[in-house]
Amino acid sequence: MKKFLALALALVMVLALGACGKKQESKFKVGFITLHDENSTYDLNFINAAKAACEKLGVDYVIKTNIPEGQECYETACDMAEDGCKVVFADSFGHEPYMIQAAKEYPDVQFCHSTGTRAHTEGLANYHNAFASIYEGRYLAGVAAGMKLQELVNAGATPKIGYVGAFTYAEVISGYTSFFLGVRSIVPEATMEVTFTGSWYNEAAEKEAANKLIQNGCVLISQHADSFGAPTACETAGVPNVSYNGSTKDVAPNTYIISSRINWEPYYEYVIKAVQDGKKMDADWTGTIATGSVELTDLNTAVAAPGTQEAIDKAMAELKAGTLHVFDTAKFTVDGKALTTYKADVDTDAEYTPDTEVISDGYFHESEYRSAPYFDLDIDGITLLDRNYG
Amino acid sequence: MKHKEPLIYISKRESLPWQKSWMIRGIAIMLALVFCGVITMLLTKLNPIEVFSTLFYGAFGTPRKCWVTGQKLAILLGISLAITPAFKMRFWNIGAEGQVLIGCLACAACMITLGNKVSNGLLILISLAASLAAGAIWGFLPAFFKARWETNETLFTLMMNYIAMQLAAYFIIVWEVPKGSGTVGVINDQTEAGWLPMIGGKRYLLIILLIALLTVVMYIYLQYSKHGYEISVVGESRRTASYAGIKVDRVIIRTMVLSGAICGLMGFLLVSGNDHTLTTTLVEGRGFTAVMVSWLAKFNPIFMVFTSLLLVVMKLGATEISSTFGLNDSFADILTGIILFFIIGSDFFTTYQIRFRRPHDKRTAKAEPLQPIPQSEPQKEVQ
Repeated sequence: MKKFLALALALVMVLALGACGKKQESKFKVGFITLHDENSTYDLNFINAAKAACEKLGVDYVIKTNIPEGQECYETACDMAEDGCKVVFADSFGHEPYMIQAAKEYPDVQFCHSTGTRAHTEGLANYHNAFASIYEGRYLAGVAAGMKLQELVNAGATPKIGYVGAFTYAEVISGYTSFFLGVRSIVPEATMEVTFTGSWYNEAAEKEAANKLIQNGCVLISQHADSFGAPTACETAGVPNVSYNGSTKDVAPNTYIISSRINWEPYYEYVIKAVQDGKKMDADWTGTIATGSVELTDLNTAVAAPGTQEAIDKAMAELKAGTLHVFDTAKFTVDGKALTTYKADVDTDAEYTPDTEVISDGYFHESEYRSAPYFDLDIDGITLLDRNYG
Repeated sequence: MKHKEPLIYISKRESLPWQKSWMIRGIAIMLALVFCGVITMLLTKLNPIEVFSTLFYGAFGTPRKCWVTGQKLAILLGISLAITPAFKMRFWNIGAEGQVLIGCLACAACMITLGNKVSNGLLILISLAASLAAGAIWGFLPAFFKARWETNETLFTLMMNYIAMQLAAYFIIVWEVPKGSGTVGVINDQTEAGWLPMIGGKRYLLIILLIALLTVVMYIYLQYSKHGYEISVVGESRRTASYAGIKVDRVIIRTMVLSGAICGLMGFLLVSGNDHTLTTTLVEGRGFTAVMVSWLAKFNPIFMVFTSLLLVVMKLGATEISSTFGLNDSFADILTGIILFFIIGSDFFTTYQIRFRRPHDKRTAKAEPLQPIPQSEPQKEVQ
């Protein structure tokens, strides 16, 4: 018994010693909070960018994965601030209120939240939002899909495509609408069916959703949900597909065409450099094709139609030159009519009331009044199979 | 026939002085830590002191980390206390997850629908009552069916978990802000209506104090009250209980209602006092971990403080190790798994004793009653 006590005491002392001995690193440190881990394409995209940016700039970093959208996010963010992180990033929409809470408590630390909407109205000097004009990337991926669809139509298929969405809010709506407009720029008679899973990551539901669309006669599938569910289902069924967040060529080598993604590395570098130099940074930052934030990855030439790269390059050049706008009001209709005016909910308030006119010069100005998407219209040609997630 | 003595004897222990049984557990924890250290070293190539100091730092490194440890301990302990009466009665309630979640849902419902309509104090009371009632119903249903129709409580309570989860998922979509995002966000973010007050500027102090009180009350209830005695008797043998005049059905229903109501209380504390939101994963599987906590502590509320502390510290420490050394999050689960394996394994050594064959004292071995009874005396076996 005495021996045991002595042993226990010794262990406690060793632990206590170790705890005291933990040195405070003087190196610049950055913290990253992610909702899921590397198994989610969405989070993997963030994690890869985080590692790349920090290694390039030679700063220390710590990544905490699987942080739910609750009090734990606040605790983790505060913890990182206390552990010496100068900047804390979070990657999921639902993290936002907890990041704001932490930002209020640690004014000397910068809190940067991707996909959030409240930074430009919250008035906190150390809280920031970021997103990218990913609708342009989606449009270009849509062009690649359109080229493939034209090939299928030439072989006798009906021009109907399918889309697996996560939730029915602006980020997803803006994504599938821009993708669809990209397809229509090549195949004007194309139609699209959309189904929602009600989850950002649910492999079984995404697989099932893709299969449902394929049974409905969709000849090409794209998705905005984070697992490999939809691409895997397409590969099994032999249906060409366009993915998001990064290449899924590994799981669907015979059907994957192309993927669009947000490259977060430029944003991370921008923030880290700004904090290192003590510069002020944007409360609300929008990455673009020009900043390198919007990317197309890995065109699979074995599956894509001939001439796809040229078609993408042409559209990309027009987008860059400003002669092409994704949400050009001449290119789509809502209830059979072209839009001339639309008020979107840009400034977040308790009731989420529309507050800002977003149509001018003949197009819908997406991601200009704030970085997070606010295009939430149901345009003609797209059929929503369900709104309440299956 | 010549009898060959087996290499290892395993026999049930008569009883073990508490010092010895705790020493066995202590050794198991030590061995588990050493084993975890070796595994971590092999994976990270770090020295074990650094690994353990990181583990310790993750749970107690800063005042904030200590508070988080305290809060997590309180929630896990509270749920464990809630299921203990039922388990002591041998009612295998694995529905704590759902009972807590339905309490969360009831609390969130009150906070959202009555947000600015009633005074804050009244709102908290209404939410509390709703959570208790919701949890109690979730406990009552399986108990009623068990008492009336002998249904299987394990399956029943498990199913109730899914019902609670689907209901929560449904209402999250009803209440989501902004529309379509699938999140409720922080409920009453601006007004803080229905939020439990902070005492002494400490966010989690109130929860910790409440659970401390609950622990003592539960200890007294189980050890010294008539109800507690009835629960023990029903747990030992239902027949004995009904022979002694205990209304078994009533005890089962009463205990499960209590169990469910305390789970509902935990749901209330989670939403009103801690997260201020509703997600389907808010309980984080603690309804199941609680079974382990309660079991390891032999259903003793005071011991449960230590078993839940151990699990919470391990979880926080292992998470710290995996993030500090850039390992996958699953690494934390591996370490926790190792610790549990050793602790549960140590139970074997406190219940049984093991003796190896000693060739030099054959004579004493022969004299022991562990020898197989010779076939010529079958009547002895009957006795």
